[in-house]
Amino acid sequence: MLQGVVSGLLFGGVYSLMAVGLTLIFGVMRVVNFAHGDMMVWGMYLAYVLATRAGIDPYASFLVCAAALFALGFVVQRGLVDRIVDAPHEMQILLMLGVALVLENVALVAFGPEPTRVRSPLASATLWLGPVFVDVARLVTFLVAVALTTALWAFLFRTDLGRTIRAAADNTYGALVVGTDVRRVYAVAFGVGAACVGAAGALVSPILPFQPPTGLSLSVASFNIVIIGGMGSLLGAFVGGLLVSLAESLGAVFLKPSLKELFSFSLLIVILLIRPAGLFGRRSA
Amino acid sequence: MSLLVARGLSKRFGGLHAVARLDMEIARGEMLGLIGPNGAGKTTVFNLLSGFLVLDAGDIVLDGHSIVGLPPHAICRLGLARTFQIVRPFPRMTVLENVRVGALARCPRAPEALARAREVVARVGLGPRERVAAGALTLADRKRLELARALATGPALLLLDEVMAGLNPTEIETIIQLIRAIHASGVSILLIEHNMRAVMALSQRIVVLSFGERIAEGAPAEIAHHPKVVEAYLGEEYVRAAPA
Amino acid sequence: MKWVLVAGVLALLALPAVLSSYALTLFILIFFYGFLGQAWNIVGGYAGQLSAGHAAFVGVGGYTATMLSIELGLTPWVGMLIGGVLAALLGAIIGYLGFRFGLRGFYFVLLTVAFAEICRVAVSNIDALGGPLGLYITFTGNPRQFQFQDGRVYYYIALALMLVATLTAWAIERRRFGIYLAAIREDEAAAEALGVNAFKYKMLAMVVSSFLTGLGGTFYAFYLFSLQPNTLFGIPLSVEIIIRPIVGGAGTLLGPILGSFILTPLAEISRLYLGQGGLHGAHLIAYGVLLIGVVLFLPEGVYPRLRRALARRSGQTR
Repeated sequence: MLQGVVSGLLFGGVYSLMAVGLTLIFGVMRVVNFAHGDMMVWGMYLAYVLATRAGIDPYASFLVCAAALFALGFVVQRGLVDRIVDAPHEMQILLMLGVALVLENVALVAFGPEPTRVRSPLASATLWLGPVFVDVARLVTFLVAVALTTALWAFLFRTDLGRTIRAAADNTYGALVVGTDVRRVYAVAFGVGAACVGAAGALVSPILPFQPPTGLSLSVASFNIVIIGGMGSLLGAFVGGLLVSLAESLGAVFLKPSLKELFSFSLLIVILLIRPAGLFGRRSA
Repeated sequence: MSLLVARGLSKRFGGLHAVARLDMEIARGEMLGLIGPNGAGKTTVFNLLSGFLVLDAGDIVLDGHSIVGLPPHAICRLGLARTFQIVRPFPRMTVLENVRVGALARCPRAPEALARAREVVARVGLGPRERVAAGALTLADRKRLELARALATGPALLLLDEVMAGLNPTEIETIIQLIRAIHASGVSILLIEHNMRAVMALSQRIVVLSFGERIAEGAPAEIAHHPKVVEAYLGEEYVRAAPA
Repeated sequence: MKWVLVAGVLALLALPAVLSSYALTLFILIFFYGFLGQAWNIVGGYAGQLSAGHAAFVGVGGYTATMLSIELGLTPWVGMLIGGVLAALLGAIIGYLGFRFGLRGFYFVLLTVAFAEICRVAVSNIDALGGPLGLYITFTGNPRQFQFQDGRVYYYIALALMLVATLTAWAIERRRFGIYLAAIREDEAAAEALGVNAFKYKMLAMVVSSFLTGLGGTFYAFYLFSLQPNTLFGIPLSVEIIIRPIVGGAGTLLGPILGSFILTPLAEISRLYLGQGGLHGAHLIAYGVLLIGVVLFLPEGVYPRLRRALARRSGQTR
């Protein structure tokens, strides 16, 4: 069981990175990125393509994947989401649902429905760390994910652009008044959020077998984490990622693998029902 | 004869006492003004009375029934209607359709509700704009719509939350006449207002709130020169300077 | 306008006489998805509560009727109603949890998706319900078992279902129920202040919607002679259900029908030309693009835009 705990914690690094991306997008522009998991799957497929066509290991290519997904996020925000900032929330939900549908099914058409995994030399190496043995791949993934989250934190809290983004998140009108190009800030924020899952996808591609429908379960996991941690809270997303990953891997120890999804969805319902009203109130997302 | 009796109303938000042990009474047929500086708790009182906020302590009795803990729709059906400080029309419905929603509280059958709505719309002066989408109305008209909608529910007590805000003097004059007419038809009114001229002109009695507590109560003339009121609005230094 | 509709219905009634069997199938699908879309419309369009998990009700309805038929020999005509009731029960549970706990917008969507997925995974794992491979219905051609030799009977049943759902929506639309739903959709708090018991009416809408959708499950199962959990409870079916009313016009009476007449043939064409071997995701891409397009350019849907254009053409104002 300790094995399960360690495994879970290590995988949590990726979950954290994923959740941080989602919460950033929500925190800045109150948009729920329904396509989050599907974007991550694209990160995975991109890593796959780079590995098989260009022989680049995902642990080297993750920054490229992040950059590519940044571009995707930026374009989605600028071209699509931006046009409906003032529309009722249902429209936003439907828009992102549409994006999710497109992403998932283009992947289906391009790569087929079979599960894939990326081959990486690190994937088969293991280490003994005290009483448990640890996948080197998972360990590296965890370390890189934490490093990226820290870098993101530094970006948001120590750079001018980062501060501008946080300011726009806190108070859009205020930011407008002081002359911020809010639209650009939004696009950057969305791009950064997407970049997070681009990197997360690449990092996890040697560990987790994936197929286009995986997008949905990843989205659900992200929502789980972000709702627990508090929509818009970076720290909450980070800690939540570790917790949820832990809970899932403990769940996997005790339950049949096919029931893992059942567990995730049930967890989501429970969280939806008991989410502390104070963190977020009755406001519609 | 008391229509509404509120005793010991208290509401806290975290450490902030928005309303503290407030007592208030409204007689049947009365027009009561509720004033106080920003943040005094006036809208909180409205939200408590209309069921949008849950009381921490206290009791509210409307026409003999305790309405504590009742949801807003039940309180409306018992005869208490309210408007919102920032108007909330149903944007994609027409003026008539908006008011019809309120009228359905009194006339469950849609055709009769429509007829009633038409009457109320005419009464507030929106007749010519019956078929206009609410989203396309001017602010003054939206305020009238908000009033009409609440009126259509056939309330015994109408809560008006800063109806004059954002209106120009002509529009204010029109609304004052309208409120007078509604009052004359037998509806008791509790109004929150910052426009002092309007409050003084309309109210039979005024309650003054500051930091969630009642600091003064009385006829408009008394209130205008009440030292506590001046202090609350303008600060201590002005109390002595207030004209007699 | 009313005469156009009456003429339309009469035309549809007469149509089978001249249709090829392929065209017949197409119309059956148009009516069936129109029916499901209209059922969804009651809670998703009129009440404005976006549910992306309506496939769960199709599944519950279909599996109930099928199991009752297989295990107890109960005629699906009755099984259909029982399936509808069970689907309504599930709808009541989801509605209760969602509305009591104040889940709106995005949170409510997630709740509905979660329930649908739980049903899917649960049913896939229960061998008594056929597991992941599902159930098969043996062909007997016996009308008492909801099976017909003649495809035209399915046509009329599907048409009847669509008309029943539409009449239900029409009855709701013109009464207090429908007006209150519209108010809730526009601004729930303002509606509450006007005496609208939002919880009660949202629940009613949910129950009616899920009951009707559940009826559709039986039709689906006995028309296709098979049920698989991934198909019957899955997200692709939920997408099929919601996209027609959204494109056609959510919250309008004819929106779901128009949407089905537009999208179903398109889906079939793309399935024919692109659906060979693993490219079955292609029409979903088109759906995704359409959803995006509708949100950006036609948020009310095709039907309201059309109606305004026609009104302008004939010189009337509304």
